[in-house]
Amino acid sequence: MSLVADDVRLYRGEALPVGSKGRLSSGWWGMLTVIATEAALFAYLLFSYFYVAAQATGRWPPHGPPKLGLAAAGTVLLVLGSATMWWGEKGIRAGRRGPLLVGLVSSIVLAVGFLVLEVIEWSGKDFSLASDAYGSLYYTVTGFHMLHVIVGALMLAMLAVWTALGYFGARRHSTISIAVLYWHFVTVVWIAVFVTFYVTPYLQR
Amino acid sequence: MLTSVDHKTIGKRYLVTAFLFLLIGGLEAAVMRAQLAQPDQSLLTPEQYNQLFTMHGVTMIFLYALPILSGFSNFLWPLLLGSRDMAFPRLNAFSYWVFLFSGLFLYVSFPLGKAPDAGWFNYVPYASLPFNPGINIDVYALGMVLLGVSTTVGSINFVVSLIRTRAPGMSINRVPILVWGTLTASAGNLLAVPAVSLAFLMLWMDRRFGSHFFDIAGGGQPLLWQHLFWMFGHPWVYAIVLPAMGIVSDALPVFCRRPLVGYTAVALATVTTMVLGFGVWVHHMFATGLPPVSLSFFSAASFIIVIPSAVAVFAWLATIWTGRPQFTTPFLFFAGFIVVFVIGGLSGFMTAAVPVDTQLTDTYFIVAHLHYVLIGINVLPVAGGIHYWFPKLTGRLMSERLGKWSFWIMFIGFNVGFFPMHIVGLLGMPRRVYTYPDGLGWGALNLVITAGAYLFAAGVLLFAFNIVRSLRHGEKAGPNPWDAPSLEWAVPSPPPPYNFAVIPSVASRYPLWEDRLEGHEGSSTIGEGMLLDDGRETVGTSALDAIPDVILRMPGDSPAPLILAMALAALFGGMLVHSWWLSGFAAVAAVMAMTVWLWPEAALGQTMDVVDEPRG
Repeated sequence: MSLVADDVRLYRGEALPVGSKGRLSSGWWGMLTVIATEAALFAYLLFSYFYVAAQATGRWPPHGPPKLGLAAAGTVLLVLGSATMWWGEKGIRAGRRGPLLVGLVSSIVLAVGFLVLEVIEWSGKDFSLASDAYGSLYYTVTGFHMLHVIVGALMLAMLAVWTALGYFGARRHSTISIAVLYWHFVTVVWIAVFVTFYVTPYLQR
Repeated sequence: MLTSVDHKTIGKRYLVTAFLFLLIGGLEAAVMRAQLAQPDQSLLTPEQYNQLFTMHGVTMIFLYALPILSGFSNFLWPLLLGSRDMAFPRLNAFSYWVFLFSGLFLYVSFPLGKAPDAGWFNYVPYASLPFNPGINIDVYALGMVLLGVSTTVGSINFVVSLIRTRAPGMSINRVPILVWGTLTASAGNLLAVPAVSLAFLMLWMDRRFGSHFFDIAGGGQPLLWQHLFWMFGHPWVYAIVLPAMGIVSDALPVFCRRPLVGYTAVALATVTTMVLGFGVWVHHMFATGLPPVSLSFFSAASFIIVIPSAVAVFAWLATIWTGRPQFTTPFLFFAGFIVVFVIGGLSGFMTAAVPVDTQLTDTYFIVAHLHYVLIGINVLPVAGGIHYWFPKLTGRLMSERLGKWSFWIMFIGFNVGFFPMHIVGLLGMPRRVYTYPDGLGWGALNLVITAGAYLFAAGVLLFAFNIVRSLRHGEKAGPNPWDAPSLEWAVPSPPPPYNFAVIPSVASRYPLWEDRLEGHEGSSTIGEGMLLDDGRETVGTSALDAIPDVILRMPGDSPAPLILAMALAALFGGMLVHSWWLSGFAAVAAVMAMTVWLWPEAALGQTMDVVDEPRG
């Protein structure tokens, strides 16, 4: 018997788990790589913003710094939505489906609230995608993020269905953990977008 | 058949499809060389020539160079790593289908004479709507975003497969260099591809929705295109050469009858090349009027990146020097690769100097350089790699006699065809001109170039003929015809669907040479180990030391990847022709396909219904 095979057996004093197990699952690592490439995408989006801003000849932003109110409220909703998901996932880890369902539904509601605020903000702007480079960047970057919120909310909705069907419990909930990882990422990216578009214009004055 | 998720099937599909694209791209080059063989020719109109050189570049760089390496890696990775499949078999199938559809997408307007025509790097404002109003650039823009999906999910699969599915004991310092190369390329792609996908999306929006990202009148920046493109483009160059260098690092030593000299140095050089590769993109933009401090920084970085490449070159030379070379066809291709790589590396080193580059940019010197690099580091190792792994792919050996002929014809044809391009470039011939006037002294050299290019093409065709002939008439190969050291040679040729009947345990870098190497670390076990015969299973191991920590359940064949890929292609087709109904319908279909795909399954151990919780 070889050294390695013995090591393996010694290391595994007990039996190996089978199937999709939290951070041992391929999906968990897959989501980390998705987040890496998505983070790169937003990095390039924000690079484009700063590049155009740095090269601008007139005043920047051309329409003055954007008002903070709606976006700040939206930020609060997204952070709350991350917190409710964290709490829901904690519940299912202990085998409690109730908190998970409550967490999922509240996060979806908060996400919809965020989207509503964004749409109100969009409709109040006096520039469009086609009016200038700032408008192009503003609507593209926030639009990309909204798309991520919509995809995330759809994901949470599917998770709610699957949870109601009784698929998940203390032993099996990798699908939840993986989706929650994505949901936290959507929140973190928004903070980067918020700081770039809403906070930095006030810092440079 | 269409629902297969077996990495070997998918790998072969990648190889065949990419090789067909190589032949198409070569045909386009052959037509261009006929046009350029003499001054003032009129075989092609300028419009046709623009489309040909653009599609030639797009085809070779995007539809051949990476996909062929993905083919090798898909087929080989689980065999090299002692596993039963990639980490995400269905994603693997999806990646192939999207690649195929994006290839067709990029060619959809070619028969109409409306193919992309602004060069593969597609600079604005030339590619912007006012100067290029047809559908040509829209096809390129959307096709590239679609292809980016394939590249991204493929890269995710490689990264996670490396982290999770190595055989027990195959610690990170024991994986073959090909694995290092593909891993590095994949990690690079994850960070680089979003730049080009974003750039092309922005360009499409500028063209069709009136946004102003690249349009100076609206406050946009034309140079933003160049930055985003080359932030992607330069890492991409390394993505399409590092796995090919890995092929050489793994296969060349087999024909030198010794392990690779400097494994650790070569593995680290691979990673270092990619890291530095993210800091040299501006050397494509030396002539754009950037500030001198920026030019100095990127020029210095471009000099430094030569060092890791040189490390690999000296490792290969030392392997040959201290080994007992067998002059087989694969050896010839790998040795020829080293020669061509050094020449291409030198011309790259020259253009890293800002004053030299300012003189040579957009001349044939650059065309010579990039073909030395891409044909040298990609096509020659790929040809050698196909010879080397053909028995594993098909169970038969390729003809050595035809193989040697094809190598010498390709090698001589290549150098006759491409070396004089350095000279016409130095004489001032610009790239991408559809013809040139008599009296400039470029005619004779261009005739030589065309003759060499056709000789090279003849070599490629002989190589293709050898493949087709050997499929039926090749000598039958046993499991290990080359007496090679790595795990793929421990299984029958071609391998059974499950790869390994039992999961092997690995104790060194060269599991099949352990009884011959002095001072080897332990002994691997291949015939005995974990049986894992309860459905489709493979073992998951820890990221660095490959200690088993879970038994992974693998999915079976599924139509979902193909359906999702078709939905995605329809989505982009709708965007191309502004049929928002089609796009909307396709988006809904895509969401449904994904829902079915991701539906938790007890058989995969994703739900509480799973029955066989812990066992031995």
